[in-house]
Amino acid sequence: MSGFLSSSIARKVAMALSALFLIFFLIMHLSVNLTSLFSETLFNHLSHFMGTNPMVQFVLQPILIFGVVFHFVMGFVLELKNKKATAVKYAKDNGAANSTWSSRNMVYSGLVILAFIVLHFIDFWIPELNTKYIHGDMSGLLEGTQDFRYFEELQHKFVNPLRVLAYVVSFVLLGLHLSHGFQSAFQSMGFNNKYTKTVKAAGKLYSIIIPAGFVLVAVFHFLNH
Amino acid sequence: MNLTLKIWRQKNADDKGQLVDYKVTDISEHMSFLEMMDVLNEQLINKGEEPVAFDHDCREGICGMCSMYINGEAHGPDRGITTCQLHMRSFKDGDTIHIEPFRATAFPVIKDLVVDRTAFDRIQQSGGYISVNTSGNTQDANATPISKIDADKAMDAATCIGCGACVATCKNSSAMLFVGAKVSQYALLPQGQVEATERVLNMVQQMDDEGFGNCTNTGACEVECPKGISLENIARMNREFLKASL
Repeated sequence: MSGFLSSSIARKVAMALSALFLIFFLIMHLSVNLTSLFSETLFNHLSHFMGTNPMVQFVLQPILIFGVVFHFVMGFVLELKNKKATAVKYAKDNGAANSTWSSRNMVYSGLVILAFIVLHFIDFWIPELNTKYIHGDMSGLLEGTQDFRYFEELQHKFVNPLRVLAYVVSFVLLGLHLSHGFQSAFQSMGFNNKYTKTVKAAGKLYSIIIPAGFVLVAVFHFLNH
Repeated sequence: MNLTLKIWRQKNADDKGQLVDYKVTDISEHMSFLEMMDVLNEQLINKGEEPVAFDHDCREGICGMCSMYINGEAHGPDRGITTCQLHMRSFKDGDTIHIEPFRATAFPVIKDLVVDRTAFDRIQQSGGYISVNTSGNTQDANATPISKIDADKAMDAATCIGCGACVATCKNSSAMLFVGAKVSQYALLPQGQVEATERVLNMVQQMDDEGFGNCTNTGACEVECPKGISLENIARMNREFLKASL
């Protein structure tokens, strides 16, 4: 990597920018998911809009994929650099005395989230691509009916308790990742002032509410399918 | 008190090194940690063994020479102090104490607990200076008004003694607290503005070239820093870097 992104600080800032973009995306994603708790019709309509609108599909979705891939690749590049900088380890290292578990283990929570994204793509995204762009069925309708298929598919996915468990564990790790990542993104971009306490509190709140919302959706459909 | 010490012994930079057990007895709780090490070394010398090499100079917490990673923490378990200010009353009779050198690829071990911290000197040389008129008509420093807030923050940053505890503590061996402090102490003052752009770019470049890791904002450095240098300084360095780059 050359030019501006070869510097340690520029990489930090790039990580932070992609993180803030993903933090915003999670709010959008959860907002749509939460509608499935109280309105099948609204969830179906929103899903159909997100799945077929050209702006969402061909502009926002590629940006999102770039953001996700960039965040992971840059995260691993930095991790490899850091491994090189810390070649010899301490026999006794008391990390808990001065930092949180989540801040020291971002790469591991990140790896769990990466594994989750693979599972999530297999569950939802790849079948969507298959239906829409391989079979060319853009109607969003359940085969042989006049009803939308999205809510039905969502419920169907959360029948298997193992999948629900995998989702819940991943969301817990996502929460831990966010509990450090949210405020860390602001610090990396040079934001550390009288508002930092508020940013940290907002980050804690965000890292609980967002994963809890996703857990609620998964467990709700497991119990109500 | 009687203690068991597990001390890193390494003959030279090429030696593999290992932890070696030592017993010390009748250690007073009023001794400093370095005095306890002196007692051990006298014991070793009397037995005809090689004493443990460790860095020390002023022994009053201002020179930044003493290092040591004690029981998994830079400068030991207490806060806001260097190893020379750590007292044996922080330990209990019968304790086993791990004593290791500061670890970082950019701080190679020279011998036992002594590490080479000249990477910090090279970073400082790359931009830690200001242009001053020394031709005889030097302006009185008091003639330049500086806000109290900025003066205090610059002074806080300047209290960094360059001991390297931040690097030793950081899980990534990042030197950003040190460089952040050095950039900040000038960035906050009018005298530092002349070289502001080159300073931050050159110091960050030198930091990267020395092989220090990338900061992931764990905040461990701030907790272990004997001078309480704040993460605010890293954020300020990031801002200065972005301002200089964009």
